Amino acid sequence: MGRLEVVLTGTGGQGLILAAIMLAEAAVDANLNVVQTQSYGPEARGGASRAEVIISQEAIYYPRVLQPELVLTMSEAAYKKYGLNLPDNAVLIVDSTYVHEMRPRTNAYYLPISHTAQERIGSEQSANVMALGLLAAVGIAALPFSLLKSAVERRSPRGSAAK
Amino acid sequence: MSEARLMQGNEACAAGAIAAGARFFAGYPITPSSEIAEFMAEQLPRLGGTFIQMEDEIASMAAVIGASLAGVKSLTATSGPGFSLKQENLGYAAATEVPCVIINVQRGGPSTGLPTSPAQGDVMQARWGTHGDHPIIVLSPATVQESYELVITAFNLAEEFRVPVILLLDEVVGHLRERVNLPATVQIVNRKKPEVPPERFSPYGDDHGMIPPMANFGAGYRHHVTGLVHDVNGMPTVNPALVTKFLLRLNHKLDPYLAKISLYEQILLEDAEVIVLAYGCTARAALEAVYLARSSGIKAGLFRPITLWPFPEAAFVPRQNIPIIVPEMNCGQLVGEVVKIAGRHNVYSLSRIDGELITPTQISAKISEVISRV
Repeated sequence: MGRLEVVLTGTGGQGLILAAIMLAEAAVDANLNVVQTQSYGPEARGGASRAEVIISQEAIYYPRVLQPELVLTMSEAAYKKYGLNLPDNAVLIVDSTYVHEMRPRTNAYYLPISHTAQERIGSEQSANVMALGLLAAVGIAALPFSLLKSAVERRSPRGSAAK
Repeated sequence: MSEARLMQGNEACAAGAIAAGARFFAGYPITPSSEIAEFMAEQLPRLGGTFIQMEDEIASMAAVIGASLAGVKSLTATSGPGFSLKQENLGYAAATEVPCVIINVQRGGPSTGLPTSPAQGDVMQARWGTHGDHPIIVLSPATVQESYELVITAFNLAEEFRVPVILLLDEVVGHLRERVNLPATVQIVNRKKPEVPPERFSPYGDDHGMIPPMANFGAGYRHHVTGLVHDVNGMPTVNPALVTKFLLRLNHKLDPYLAKISLYEQILLEDAEVIVLAYGCTARAALEAVYLARSSGIKAGLFRPITLWPFPEAAFVPRQNIPIIVPEMNCGQLVGEVVKIAGRHNVYSLSRIDGELITPTQISAKISEVISRV
């Protein structure tokens, strides 16, 4: 595979950096090169959060995303900033729980991620892992699902995997 | 080699320090270096070491010096505002020749500046932040793997040459998570101990290849420690001959060992018609730009100083009239050293100071611009 660039965006506290770490750990398990970075503001909670993962068979020098293939937006602000000017070939996943209207485009998934986490698992805290499952389903062909699953399990609080 | 794993730059610094034998950390956590203190707080007590969160950065640096004098490899970690506060005691460590490691994960400055954004604004402060002529070694990693390796090198150099060593990261490398393969064993250097009995020991005697042996404080060897200019017994002096002798040895003690201290990487330099000189996170963008230039027929090469101070000038000998581009995330700091070597008319500074990482495209554009001029 060539360079795959993934961007996870939303609000501080949604667990997007952790989701990016789990994705990156799965890539290490798949024997691929990977770098993971994030940018956030000086505040401890809230504010815009953006996590990036670059996966490649080749060495990765420049560590930041230049042309993302896969973008997740889990807040209105993140959608407006990162979802609107995305090239057509990139895949966009939008959490309809927080983004109330999405401009029509190809390669887009408009799904109630946080709402489903709340309804099925009883807490929005799992929305980041649910989003990771979606990413695996739609766009990361080079990464076996089993590796992603075990990366999530390694980081799950004891007992939560059984739910 | 052990198994590959994902590791953060700051975590790699802490893990490397432990592998190097460090068992004392005193600090005052600050973004973007806090993970180093967090990791140390978790790990050191389990290893019989000591973690202290001090009341401020000044005291942290003092505690590090004290612990090292007692024979324990010691470090602290900080960022710009804290690094400023450490300068006074950093000078004390240089003057008293106490081995120690200071990790500075740079953020945007001056003052509290941009706490979560990358910059390389402390390059000159790392060299000259404390007053007076003094020796110092400054190393700059570009990857997570190299952060691990260089913190071990930092301890080894500090111990061998009795000098404070600064590991100068930037926010990008400190917070980056990357695939690493940590070595199963590492090479460790420990400070030389006196071979003479206590009554014949002179703590700053100069007959040992410029680097006097060091006794652990409390081990029975008399060792007077002062920041005042001192004689070979460590006692204050204003005798001009002794002052000169002390300052000359202090400031030239690294000279015989520069080949060992000067670390650098050269990529595609043999036939290069334009050289990019870059360090830390900027070197990662620069390497991408060099490959881009090569693919469009421009013979570009990269010189990456890993040791920033002393600047590896013996290794960096560009051919006559070769343009040199120096991208930095500051207003132009290390470029001054390059100008000293290559002359003003061949050297092009490229600055980025907005808190965002410099991009390969920016450096590529500068390469094209410079090539079209010559």
